[in-house]
Amino acid sequence: MSGYYLSILQGALLTVGVSMAALGVAILLGLMGAAAKLSGRPVLVALATAYTTVIRGVPELVLMLLIFYGGTIGLNHLMESLGSRETVDINPFIAGVITIGFIYGAYMTETFRGAILSIPKGQMEAAWAFGMGRFRTFWRITMPQMVRYALPGFTNNWLVLIKATALVSLIGLQDMTYLAKQASAASREPFTFFVFVAVLFLLYTSGSLWLLRRVEQRFSLGVQRAEV
Amino acid sequence: MNWSVIAQPETLQLYAEGLMTTLWLLLSSLAIGAVLSLVLALALVSKIALLRWVVGAYTYVIRGTPLLIQLYLIYYGLAQLEWIQARWEDVWPWTYFKDAFFCALLAFSLNTAGYTAEMLAGAMRETPAGEIEAAKAMGMGRWQVLRRIVMPSAMRRCLPGYSNEVVMMLHSTSLASTVPAMLDVTAAASRIYSDYYLPFEAYLFAAGIYLSITFAVIGLFRSAERRFLAHLAPRPH
Repeated sequence: MSGYYLSILQGALLTVGVSMAALGVAILLGLMGAAAKLSGRPVLVALATAYTTVIRGVPELVLMLLIFYGGTIGLNHLMESLGSRETVDINPFIAGVITIGFIYGAYMTETFRGAILSIPKGQMEAAWAFGMGRFRTFWRITMPQMVRYALPGFTNNWLVLIKATALVSLIGLQDMTYLAKQASAASREPFTFFVFVAVLFLLYTSGSLWLLRRVEQRFSLGVQRAEV
Repeated sequence: MNWSVIAQPETLQLYAEGLMTTLWLLLSSLAIGAVLSLVLALALVSKIALLRWVVGAYTYVIRGTPLLIQLYLIYYGLAQLEWIQARWEDVWPWTYFKDAFFCALLAFSLNTAGYTAEMLAGAMRETPAGEIEAAKAMGMGRWQVLRRIVMPSAMRRCLPGYSNEVVMMLHSTSLASTVPAMLDVTAAASRIYSDYYLPFEAYLFAAGIYLSITFAVIGLFRSAERRFLAHLAPRPH
């Protein structure tokens, strides 16, 4: 019996791995999307707007199945047309990370765009006047201030992302949801195992919430807060 | 790409059946969730600490765990409990727990109730203190203040957030496809994928359906906001 719990705990490591890797992809895509939306170039703005609108209008599960099953066939057609006889299978870990990262990149785009817009424009202009380049301005001036404005939205997105990682069990990745389902089928005790996974998820989301609150306090140190 | 399969009448009919299930699940879980959330929100702002604590714990657990796990717990998990097993053959209402649709509906309703209750409670707490004081000065009792002053304005303030929740719920209904014997839009797409081995076409078509419903929902809420939040709209000069 305890073997099942151990294997679910190992699956929990995979859940953490998928969510962290997907977060990395989402942050990268979010920054790129926000930069594109704020760039003012019609083509980039249209592309980024199409990205955020379409992704946020379709269920994660459908996108994941589309990318995992559709991507496998697409890749194999591509290999075939290149003259290769081999067939490739998309690694479910990579498919899961890319799909979840791609989806939450759209949500991050909106969060980051709002955060950058909240920073007084004079800050960036002053940096440019000092001769800082675009990248240095972002790194030294925009980003440290942006964190504080982006954190509430970021926290929300992160919590939803953690919960969305349960979906990777549906494309065959052996995360804790998948293992719990197997354990419950084998042991005929589904209630026990799903409660166990629910508690693990609750610990993960609660821990993240606690940590992100600390980060928020750290980045709000220089801000005076009035008593309401 | 091979769209001719998708355009076949049988395929379209499968999607139409799926669409009916998806919409029916969405509307009924939203309706049940709305009624439940009203009660839960009242508990969250109540003066009784125990009530606040219990309902707060409920919303915390609902919002901190994946809906997929909640659905599995109800559909697969409850079957383990002997207490339910002893009753689900003939004792009403436990007979429903054998029905996949009912289990999905229950999971979705409990889930949306948790999220909506927190939203509504937040909006109720934001009611300007002056409005409540004025109502009390007019001689209204606690329930009258709630019914006439707090609820109408809190529900209006909830509208923008609630439109997000409705879109989230629409997307969540796709999880019903993970329960055997449920045929929603996603399950219809999965069936067409496995019958014809056309994942791109099958899932893209499903994505198009969800996208259209999402736009319709957002449009509906925009016109609702124009109607109910007209007093907050920017004034023409």
